[in-house]
Amino acid sequence: MALVDLSATEQRAKLNAREVTAVELAQAYLARIAAKDGEIGAFLRVTGEAALAQAAEVDRKRAAGEPLGLLAGLPVAVKDVLCQQGELTTCASRMLEHFRSPYDSTVVAKLKAADAVLIGRTNMDEFAMGGSTENSAFQPTRNPHDLTRSPGGSSGGAAACVAAKMAPLSIGTDTGGSIRQPAGLCGCVGLKPTYGRVSRYGLVAFASSLDQVGPLASTVEDTALLMEAIAGHDPRDSTSLPVESPKFSQTVNQPLKDLRIGIVPEHFAAGLDPEMEAAVRGAIEVYKSLGAKIVEVDLPHGKYGVAAYYVIAPCEASSNLSRYDGIHYGHRASEPAVEAELAAERAEALARGDKAAAEAVESTLVRLYRRSRTEGFGAEVKRRIMIGAYALSAGYYDAYYLKALKVRRLIRQDFDRAFSQVDLILSPVTAAPAFKLGKLVDDPLQMYLVDLYTVTANLAGIPAISLPCGMSKSGLPLGFQLLAPPLEEERLLRGARMCEEKRKS
Amino acid sequence: MPDYTTIIGLEVHVQLATHSKLFCGCSTRFGAEPNTQTCPVCLGLPGALPVMNAEAVRLAVMTGLALDCEIPAYTKWDRKQYFYPDLPKGYQISQYDLPLTQKGRLEIRDDKERFASKEVRITRAHLEEDAGKSSHDEAAGKGDSLIDLNRTGTPLLEIVSEPDLRNSLEARAYLDELKLLLTYLGVSDCNMQEGSLRVDANVNLHIETPAGKVATPIVEIKNLNSFRAVERALDYEAQRQFREWEETGKKLGEAPKTTRGWDDVAGKTKAQRSKEESADYRYFPDPDLAPVRTSPEQLAKARAELPPRPAELREQLTREHKLSPYDAGVLVNLGRPVLDYFFAVVAKCGDAKAACNWITQDIQRTLKYRDREFAELNLPAERLGELIALVAKGELPTARSREVFEAMIDSGDDAHSVMQQLGIGAVDESELIALCQELLAANPRVVDDVKNGKQQAIGALIGQAKKKNPNADPARIRELCLELIAKM
Ligand SMILES: [Zn+2]
Repeated sequence: MALVDLSATEQRAKLNAREVTAVELAQAYLARIAAKDGEIGAFLRVTGEAALAQAAEVDRKRAAGEPLGLLAGLPVAVKDVLCQQGELTTCASRMLEHFRSPYDSTVVAKLKAADAVLIGRTNMDEFAMGGSTENSAFQPTRNPHDLTRSPGGSSGGAAACVAAKMAPLSIGTDTGGSIRQPAGLCGCVGLKPTYGRVSRYGLVAFASSLDQVGPLASTVEDTALLMEAIAGHDPRDSTSLPVESPKFSQTVNQPLKDLRIGIVPEHFAAGLDPEMEAAVRGAIEVYKSLGAKIVEVDLPHGKYGVAAYYVIAPCEASSNLSRYDGIHYGHRASEPAVEAELAAERAEALARGDKAAAEAVESTLVRLYRRSRTEGFGAEVKRRIMIGAYALSAGYYDAYYLKALKVRRLIRQDFDRAFSQVDLILSPVTAAPAFKLGKLVDDPLQMYLVDLYTVTANLAGIPAISLPCGMSKSGLPLGFQLLAPPLEEERLLRGARMCEEKRKS
Repeated sequence: MPDYTTIIGLEVHVQLATHSKLFCGCSTRFGAEPNTQTCPVCLGLPGALPVMNAEAVRLAVMTGLALDCEIPAYTKWDRKQYFYPDLPKGYQISQYDLPLTQKGRLEIRDDKERFASKEVRITRAHLEEDAGKSSHDEAAGKGDSLIDLNRTGTPLLEIVSEPDLRNSLEARAYLDELKLLLTYLGVSDCNMQEGSLRVDANVNLHIETPAGKVATPIVEIKNLNSFRAVERALDYEAQRQFREWEETGKKLGEAPKTTRGWDDVAGKTKAQRSKEESADYRYFPDPDLAPVRTSPEQLAKARAELPPRPAELREQLTREHKLSPYDAGVLVNLGRPVLDYFFAVVAKCGDAKAACNWITQDIQRTLKYRDREFAELNLPAERLGELIALVAKGELPTARSREVFEAMIDSGDDAHSVMQQLGIGAVDESELIALCQELLAANPRVVDDVKNGKQQAIGALIGQAKKKNPNADPARIRELCLELIAKM
């Protein structure tokens, strides 16, 4: 069995037993990337040299008997949205194409402290806005199971690199489903933690009240391992929860007793792909066979989730992205071109004899903002900025933003009520397996519905995990999702592990 | 010509005296090399997050309490969004609909009683972060602009008054009293040159016309670089608005609120092309920051720790120390360190009036002439108290007390040793009588002149007396001579 076919947990055991070195492991993955990523496009940049140096340092430490971190020697791919000191952090946007971060995000700092080997930066939808990774300004990413299909998004690169065995562990971010949906479409495991469980410091913000960083891996065990390394309170993030984080890797293999699993009948209504439905029902059967009690629960406001999400997320995005103005860093339009453009407009107005129009031509500063942002942002980012700016405008704020916040509270209350009856809720993660590249890219509304099953966890701030439950006849991965009450990642991982274990046997 | 009343409200921005910025750990020290006091947070780099500085909130709450404001149990941070090069995030973190403190008041008065004491209502005092500083180098031809982000993120308290001020005198008194209060609380150094106190004024007129009262459109005046500038600008603006109303007849509501900048050299306000006109700031709660909750316990503690306010101190000085309101005002205006010095002097000598006179007159005079700060005054309060006590007991002639005072400052010695060095001692009355008799005997012309009604002739004798005995009190010499002549 090749090294890259092993799980991260197995690789870790081999590293600890000194049967393999970190450098050998890194080399194996770099070779795999060299062979596969040309057709998949999961990575925006592979940091091979730095990875090998880090791996060598881990080997040296191990040889010297120095203490080693939790992920010592394990390659980790990082979504290109988390700041890493000295590295480009582009968010797959022209706007930040040349932005080199002068500081480490807390998650990257934690990975470094855990002696992980940072192997490369993965592709994504621009600023994490999208569900197909087609909104990347630089390249598409293809689904390793079918190169004509999307890996999902926005963490499409993060999921695809795990699915294609180009990295055992991968960091993604999830604002409305951006970890779970690509994990589901690529056949891997992805966890969106409780809001506030993982620090957002150094995560380039899309929608601050919804964004969470989380792990992707090929097994639940590996997911628990990576989660353990990145979770924890961070005083630099005011929304970080001041609670101690459990050692997930130590409990993940303990099955839950007397498990009560909630299902929502509406989740299985029209619109759900029959193969997908069968697979998700199969997962329910797995839990039944493990002695779990299946209980129907009601999430009456869930149907308003997508609508509320597509108000709140763009509102926050419109504000978060206003810092990209071409003044201090990031893409700036050519100043001579801007000056020339303005001069031409003035001259043209004067030639018409319209002095007022000539005087009304905007200032260089305003035009520089306009041009820089027009050139720097892609269509989907602009669309969301405009939706958000509109919804926050005087006269619309109450009708959109405040209303959406009310819906958000109701959704959280739905979950609180449901979780008084059950330990976990099980649902589909996507309505259908991976879609063809280009199929949804021109239909933003259809694309937004891709988030149907995932956005409520973000709105409620609760943890959720996506994991495989079969393959379609055409060979596409099928997945499902488990949701848990706030801060119950341990329960979530143990519950997910039960199904994974059972399905393997 | 109809009568009008000027309606003025002031917005004062005060930099709070915290060591670090409002949402990051960068220093707030003034005058550093540009862009050296910055970090990912205040530079607005991608991914950076704000963390609230609790000390800034504590200072703001203290100020709110001192202004008799309500301190709501729950407030939040909002983003005020606009594009400007000195605002790297594209939004300013401020407080919109739930300020940290609101509905307070500040009493203003005039020592010279040019207006009656009144209470100015405070609408709100909220916290926000400062922007950076742009400088436009138009002279260089290319019109390059430079931006210094050292100031970005410095905590500002914006104190907004209701439109309760009616003229520039009242506005000045309000600013003086507010500055004094902030200084006494130690929440700001209020240095206008360094930008730690900035004032914007909102002005319009209520004009009495035969058809009833008419309000003119509100004008916001910016670029007010000193309190004097505020006074001048308000006076100018009232007249300008009246002229404009006569010309255009435009009333409040018929023209938008405009912004005018004060040109101190020209002595005029000038229309500004405002970035704020018709701007929609799209305020919304900052999702990166938790709401601020102030518990009743925290509030009680803050109230207990609140230092006495200038108004209370003036009251104490007039009530307990029997100073005149004028003296009390002058003393309090000199600041907390001087006031503490005063209390220490009084504790030593028991004479508040004398202590006040020495401190507000002699000490101020000598500091000025020595070009020294009060903190550099080489005269401990106990020693000044002792000096005052010696004068009161008659051991030190009043005539020579200033000489002793200056010598004490020069030498750093106490009053007794200085008096010894200068050979100063109390003069016995019989000694003085003998001296006067001697002088009168030697100067019959003076005696004659006085008898003929020219009392000022005595002056010649006083000079001679001082020569013979430097400790002789001139006033007493004069009295004794007149008495002796009368008996002749
Ligand atoms: Zn800073």
